Amino acid sequence: MELYARRKFANRLSAVGAVAATGIGLCALGLILATLLIQGVAGVNFDVFTRMTPPPGSAGGLLNAILGSAIMTLVGTLVATPIGILAGTFLAEFGRYSRIAAPTRFVVDILLSAPSIVIGLFVYEVMVISMGHFSAWAGALALGIIVIPVVVRTTEEMLRLVPDSLREAAVGLGAPRWKVVFLICYRAAQQGMVTGVLLAIARISGETAPLLFTALNNQFWSTDLNAPMANLPVVIFQFAMSPYNDWRQLAWTGALLITAFVLGLNVFARILSGLQTRQQRWK
Amino acid sequence: MAKQSTDLAGMIVAAPVKRADIGDAVARAATWIATVIVLILLAAILVSLAIGGRQAFAKFGFGFLTSVSWNPVTEEFGAFVPIYGTIVTSIVAMAVGIPVSFGIAMFLTELCPSWLKRPLGTAIELLAGIPSIIYGMWGLLVLAPFLGNNVYPWLIDVLGPLPLIGALFEGPPFGIGILTAGLILAIMVLPFIAAVIRDVFETVPPMLKESAYGLGATRWEVVWNVVLPYTRAGVIGGVMLGLGRALGETMAVTFVIGNAHQISASLLGPGNTISSTLANEFTEAVGDLYVSSLIALGLILFVITFIVLSIAKFMLSRLELRAGR
Repeated sequence: MELYARRKFANRLSAVGAVAATGIGLCALGLILATLLIQGVAGVNFDVFTRMTPPPGSAGGLLNAILGSAIMTLVGTLVATPIGILAGTFLAEFGRYSRIAAPTRFVVDILLSAPSIVIGLFVYEVMVISMGHFSAWAGALALGIIVIPVVVRTTEEMLRLVPDSLREAAVGLGAPRWKVVFLICYRAAQQGMVTGVLLAIARISGETAPLLFTALNNQFWSTDLNAPMANLPVVIFQFAMSPYNDWRQLAWTGALLITAFVLGLNVFARILSGLQTRQQRWK
Repeated sequence: MAKQSTDLAGMIVAAPVKRADIGDAVARAATWIATVIVLILLAAILVSLAIGGRQAFAKFGFGFLTSVSWNPVTEEFGAFVPIYGTIVTSIVAMAVGIPVSFGIAMFLTELCPSWLKRPLGTAIELLAGIPSIIYGMWGLLVLAPFLGNNVYPWLIDVLGPLPLIGALFEGPPFGIGILTAGLILAIMVLPFIAAVIRDVFETVPPMLKESAYGLGATRWEVVWNVVLPYTRAGVIGGVMLGLGRALGETMAVTFVIGNAHQISASLLGPGNTISSTLANEFTEAVGDLYVSSLIALGLILFVITFIVLSIAKFMLSRLELRAGR
């Protein structure tokens, strides 16, 4: 009897522990989002989107930082996406069993979780030193390097979901392999591949560490990719660490903007990939 | 079946040599070049960091790893303090994060009512995507003052006088320091590890679990004696992935660690990690040796995370093999 009581007790205890862990975890994360929302919304106004980042102690907005982030995210994504998609295509189609496929998959896995600050260091070594100054190009490149593994991985996975019967049917009709891949498989995997790019954008839009030594920061309006450029994450870093209330308020607002953007993009990507899997189930 | 059909497709790919389709050759070459670019990226990062850090390694040799000095004025640099901070914050993060994520995963797979499963799982996955700077900022402006005012004084009073572990909880309660950094890291990797462990738990064949339940096992016994042994490699892999993130995380840590080049026995004292040192000092570093030492730190960080992530990958692939069988 005592054994049963002990087993029952252990079972109860574990259930309570699991519920408590879930509660604590969700509370901590909910608390972060709630603080962010309360502090951030207080500072959302027209100025944030129309004025430049202010000098210490005065009011201003985040316009140049938002613009800088948008430009660098866009350039980084545009440069990295084709490379990522082509490499993913090689891994899934042309070179699925190639000798370089397995090592590439390993490298992609490592790059997916590699510390982003190290990628910043790498770009500093390769670009900033050779150009002699910090620049938005370097920032965009650093972000692009983070995009590549995400896109490679999702492209490969999505192409592998395309049923082989589809490929065989196309080949049977006399289509060359490149037409099979680019006109048939791509179309079947389209939504999933777009999802991958969206997730990659979500990933880099909050990245701070790789921009610290590449794009640096800029207090003014600048669209020159060859010069340091303001960007939201680094501005948030600088402003949140400062003792000035105006700056801290802007940091909260900027943090709210980034989080809303990232979460929104994630939700959108999820809906898209949901569509994809549903279509496949119907087939 | 699937294997056979790909082989068939492979044969057909080989056939168009006769037709000499230029499109195939171009497509193959283009995708191959992109793959090689990805492949050499990792090596390029390693090599460039090694070149950047060679001056520091040449000057200090292996002593660089064990030296505790970090003095930009006399140009004496050693990596021990940041390495120590990196490892200790990650240990704290794992000590807090692993049990909680395990609890969450267990709740999601075994206890949760089915209507709650999807929304809760989705919420956890979404939270894993929040940028780390948000965690750091919240840590600095909300968590650190709270801990410094309410929790740490209590810890110092209650645990400080104890033998052995007492030394870990001494000193003034700043609120900023190694322990706070570890806690923020724990909160940050929590959704990530929980999501991986949940995925891994779901690979357990229902028949195994049902057999155990049929023999009269309690839920806890099923989780502990059936689910966990079956998924051990995957769970370790997931934890290692989380550890890899914690080791290399920059922003969540830099805000709250205090940025002090010192090793204190107390967890409440300020410290430094490799990534926070880089984030704080790199753009202001003057002198070749200083910059080189910082890059050498980056190389050390990359090598450490490389090893941890490789183990994670190995563990997870072992589970995949079994799931495929």
